[in-house]
Amino acid sequence: MSPRVLILRAPGTNCDEESAYAFERAGGVAERMHIARLLESPRVLGDFQILCLPGGFSYGDDIAAGRILGNQIRHHLADACREFRDAGKLVLGICNGFQILLKTGLLDLDDEGGSRATLTWNDSAKFEARWVQLAVAPGNSVFLQGIEEMELPVAHAEGKFVARDEATLAELHNAGRLVLRYTATNGAPSYPANPNGAMGDVAGVCDRSGRVLGLMPHPERFIDRTQHPRWTREPNRTTGDGLRLFENAIRYFS
Amino acid sequence: MLWEIDILPRQGQPDRAAQRLAHAARQLQLADSLEVASARGFLLQSEDLSSEHLKILARELLADPVVETARFARLGDEALSAPPPTWTDKNGSTVELLHVLLKPGVMDPVAPSTEQAIADFGLPRPIVRTLRKYWLRGLQTQDLEQLRRRLLANDAIEQVVQGPLALDRIDLGRPYHFELRTVDLAGLDDAGLMALSRKRQLYMQLAELQTIQKHFAGLDRQPTDIELETLAQTWSEHCSHKTLAGRIAYQDERGERRFENMLHETIFAATKQLRERWGKQDWCVSVFRDNAGVVRFDDKFNVCFKVETHNHPSALEPYGGANTGLGGVIRDTLGTGMGAKPICSTDVFCFAPPDFESRIEDRVLSSQIPNPKSQIPNLPPGVLHPRRVMQGVVEGVRDYGNRMGIPTVNGAVFFDERYLGNPLVFCGNVGLLPRDKSFKEPLANDLIVAIGGRTGRDGIHGATFSSAELTHESEELSGGAVQIGNAIEEKKVADVLLTARDRGLFTAVTDCGAGGFSSAVGEMGEDIGAEVWLERAPLKYEGLSYTEIWISESQERMVLAVSEEKWSELEKLCHSEGVEATIIGRFMPSGRLVLKYHGESVGDLEMKYLHKGRPPVVREARYAPPPTAPLVLPDRIDYGNTLLRILGSLNVASKEWVIRQYDHEVQGGSVIKPLVGVTNDGPSDAAVVRPVLRSQRGIVIACGMNPRYGDFDTYHMAASAIDEAIRNCVAVGADPSRIALLDNFCWGDCQRPETLGSLVRAALACRDLSLVLETPFISGKDSLNNEFSYVDAKRNRVTIAIPSTLLISALGQVGNVSRCVTMDFKQPGSKLFIIGQTKAELGGSHFGLVQNLSGGQVPTVDPLAARATFAAVHSAIHAGLVAACHDLSEGGLAVAAAEMAFAGGFGAEIEVANMPVDREANHPAIRLFSESNTRFLCEVPSEKSREFGKLLADIPHAEIGRVTDTARLVVGDAGIAIINAGIDVLKKAWKAPLDW
Repeated sequence: MSPRVLILRAPGTNCDEESAYAFERAGGVAERMHIARLLESPRVLGDFQILCLPGGFSYGDDIAAGRILGNQIRHHLADACREFRDAGKLVLGICNGFQILLKTGLLDLDDEGGSRATLTWNDSAKFEARWVQLAVAPGNSVFLQGIEEMELPVAHAEGKFVARDEATLAELHNAGRLVLRYTATNGAPSYPANPNGAMGDVAGVCDRSGRVLGLMPHPERFIDRTQHPRWTREPNRTTGDGLRLFENAIRYFS
Repeated sequence: MLWEIDILPRQGQPDRAAQRLAHAARQLQLADSLEVASARGFLLQSEDLSSEHLKILARELLADPVVETARFARLGDEALSAPPPTWTDKNGSTVELLHVLLKPGVMDPVAPSTEQAIADFGLPRPIVRTLRKYWLRGLQTQDLEQLRRRLLANDAIEQVVQGPLALDRIDLGRPYHFELRTVDLAGLDDAGLMALSRKRQLYMQLAELQTIQKHFAGLDRQPTDIELETLAQTWSEHCSHKTLAGRIAYQDERGERRFENMLHETIFAATKQLRERWGKQDWCVSVFRDNAGVVRFDDKFNVCFKVETHNHPSALEPYGGANTGLGGVIRDTLGTGMGAKPICSTDVFCFAPPDFESRIEDRVLSSQIPNPKSQIPNLPPGVLHPRRVMQGVVEGVRDYGNRMGIPTVNGAVFFDERYLGNPLVFCGNVGLLPRDKSFKEPLANDLIVAIGGRTGRDGIHGATFSSAELTHESEELSGGAVQIGNAIEEKKVADVLLTARDRGLFTAVTDCGAGGFSSAVGEMGEDIGAEVWLERAPLKYEGLSYTEIWISESQERMVLAVSEEKWSELEKLCHSEGVEATIIGRFMPSGRLVLKYHGESVGDLEMKYLHKGRPPVVREARYAPPPTAPLVLPDRIDYGNTLLRILGSLNVASKEWVIRQYDHEVQGGSVIKPLVGVTNDGPSDAAVVRPVLRSQRGIVIACGMNPRYGDFDTYHMAASAIDEAIRNCVAVGADPSRIALLDNFCWGDCQRPETLGSLVRAALACRDLSLVLETPFISGKDSLNNEFSYVDAKRNRVTIAIPSTLLISALGQVGNVSRCVTMDFKQPGSKLFIIGQTKAELGGSHFGLVQNLSGGQVPTVDPLAARATFAAVHSAIHAGLVAACHDLSEGGLAVAAAEMAFAGGFGAEIEVANMPVDREANHPAIRLFSESNTRFLCEVPSEKSREFGKLLADIPHAEIGRVTDTARLVVGDAGIAIINAGIDVLKKAWKAPLDW
């Protein structure tokens, strides 16, 4: 049976349809659900194998990106989400979903002083949409197994990964948690290859179990070859780099 | 109790708001040594929150502890005034503290979200207001005022408080005491009527006021204020387009012509004729009727398209004006048929040059612009700096479109000094509509249901205000017409509306735009009648009068017609997604519009009178062609330098700074992006989007506009804009037999016969071209009175009219997106073909602009030739023979070749002697820079060039060169190199002007 994917939406979520499409292309069965339904009955989560927090501007990103929805989940759904993960299921947060995940505690980044890392304003201090090259160090991340590199678009204003200090960054790196980094064909990725000034060029992070992944780039926007910015010059492309990430997630349950 | 929580950057983290302000101040040369620190502040009014609560909120909700710190105190506490601890103390230097707050009642989306989030914490819900704080050091007192006015705040929506804040409450609204108000028209003479119209901001014309006076005299009563307002809204230019749909006596060089309804007899008539010609093949679905024009897409869906303008609000408050402009046109899509899904946006702006001051000396030279009023000495009073207007407009569009999750895929930015006090902001949106949901009809006895945002005092008189000329006092007079949008509210409305549509929960829908409920209910109930219970409308705060409720243009509201039995399901659906839905009346089969407040009748108008009672506007229109003069070419021309200067001119230059701030890929359907090429930064001709992810069928969005041509002849301007919009579509692969067009006329004061004459002339071109090209217009909009007037230092009244501006937007289709092409060179060795005839048409050209030349022939269109050319180019692209295709527009062949080269990262060798030209066009400057229409430059792989030649056999075309791997653009004229430039140099020139 195809794994079931819950695409969680809230006021301002706006990448839910294409995220659902991506999971379905990979062989899953996706259902979009409003946060209010889940708050009414958190047990609904049990019917699904994958939870996806898609991109958008949840609650307008008012106060800060993902802050309000992240707090809602932390306050009202924390247990349900932890159970979900501990039952061997998968959680994916894309862009705003990554920003939300950071606030929920599911990425194992918290200590008694709160979260040890955050996503803050781009160095350019504005929203930017552009394609980036990513180096993948999959470690135990279920979503990224077998992937070495990807080209995906980013579209965000608050995507700069900042760890509390260098020691935290090193610790996360050594633990294999910094699974996605911005990269450049030649040399270190300066702006715009690193589009937001992220510390350590970090574009995505996984939890200790490898079953939770948060990333700023949008894999659901590169499923078909015609979504690539240079598909008209690179005729040998077949499918999009992002599709493999969704296929990995679906295959995990087969 | 009033608390303030300040959020400050943590030590070592950048203070971006401060950096931005300091940078802008340096740009304005206000201060070199200005030091700035900033904070975001939250005011919380609550009797129930303790300081322990505040501590939790500061730490866990409002601040991000990795990069921010928070502090809080009761308002009035000195601790709140102290500069941030990260500021080193400097003895003796004064520190100014400034607070910037939105004026009470201006939409502040963060405030209600914060209130809700605090309630989610399980804490007592306070009233919240947000603010920004700045500490400044190193500024003279007089400069402080400059900084305040020019950079920190816009008086239309914001207030600045210097020093500590002294407030004791932040809640809004005071109880309203009902009193029915009537307006005494009976005794007024003509002057009295006009004075009344001005005082009440009705902006009505004398004949209309006289008609109303007579109407109520016949009823033997005075109108109530709400009746008068309803008539003013419904009869406004904005809502009824009375000038262009009115009687016009038009005269041009060919004689006189009388129109009963000018638009109907020109543009609409052409579409009607085409649809009759097509018969069963007609692919138009609904034209000039609904909120947007609708055409067939595939066997399941139609697509709709609408472009609106939001010029006057954007002049006063660029961010809010553009923000709500896009929000408004998205509601047009949501209100088309039974509600369409917004799938992409297009945004076109006209500004004065952002480097306005440095152009003062050049201005005397720009004499090819026939309007001497363009010689503006300084920034007039009441005008925001063009750079600030541009930044605000771009950010306004960005924040609405990105938040709604609607990709902004196409646009243009055009610069001319005459847009100084009156910028133009065109916002367009495309929607996807199931074929069986394309029409609506409210039924008698349906409930009138308002959904979405609440009604406030914001946006009163937007519809009538847009009919007025802008003056330097407009800000004081019409501040209420300026709003800020709340995109997430509209996103919520869109989500429930489309679900309700699919469940069949309503019979009709329309948006609340200009005129608010008055227009929405008035239009929907036109053929039935309606009774409205005004006290039921949910309000943002107490204190609104019944008339204010009726005409408020508060954003993010839609009106539905709902049958009694569907109401509870609709209410439940809305409630489940946090959207407010309220019954505010019923479509009574009375033929009357009856307005009640708590049971008392406050207005009672016959629908027929409301919609048909307006006296026709009768106007004179005259067109006299301006005197022609030849364009005299200079003896010596440095072609390479000319090309660099055209590439570096504002209209041609890269708009990447704008484009990258827009999400152009959300929804996942992006096929051809606005920026293309080997490093993703070349200028695409058009955007292609797949609105249905499972299908390979695409829509193509492009536009055409060139107000410079209008200074010569608005007929040719219109024809050129149509040709440009279509050829942009064709260049990426659109089928020219399936392109629909929109017109947006932005003109000056059409009470002047010459101004109206130039508009009628443009409309005639639209009709002519549409009929021959078989390209129907499906919707349109006009915005007249785009003029700005002020009193100069010598106390003279100066009026600046915008150049006549016609935006043509095109919605094309492509059967299979994998056939699309982009404009970047792909492969060294490919052959280059120019398609189309080049004529001696340098009038209004960018060659003329950078060479300071006047006169000449403006580009014309041969519509029959254009039709054949578009079909032939399309067949070649469709057959897969074309590797790259670019249209020739501003800067002609030279600019097109340069852009294709640097976008592709390859050079080219081109020989201009062999291209098809008119006899008079026998000069390399004309061959290279003429802006003749209907031309393309195509890259064709050499093995496909024979087949390509066959398909183009009947069209003027020639092989003029090849793509090279040299990274240089080399252009020869009969063997002599006249341009030899590195593509990196060309690209740099093109990127420099707007690389902000």
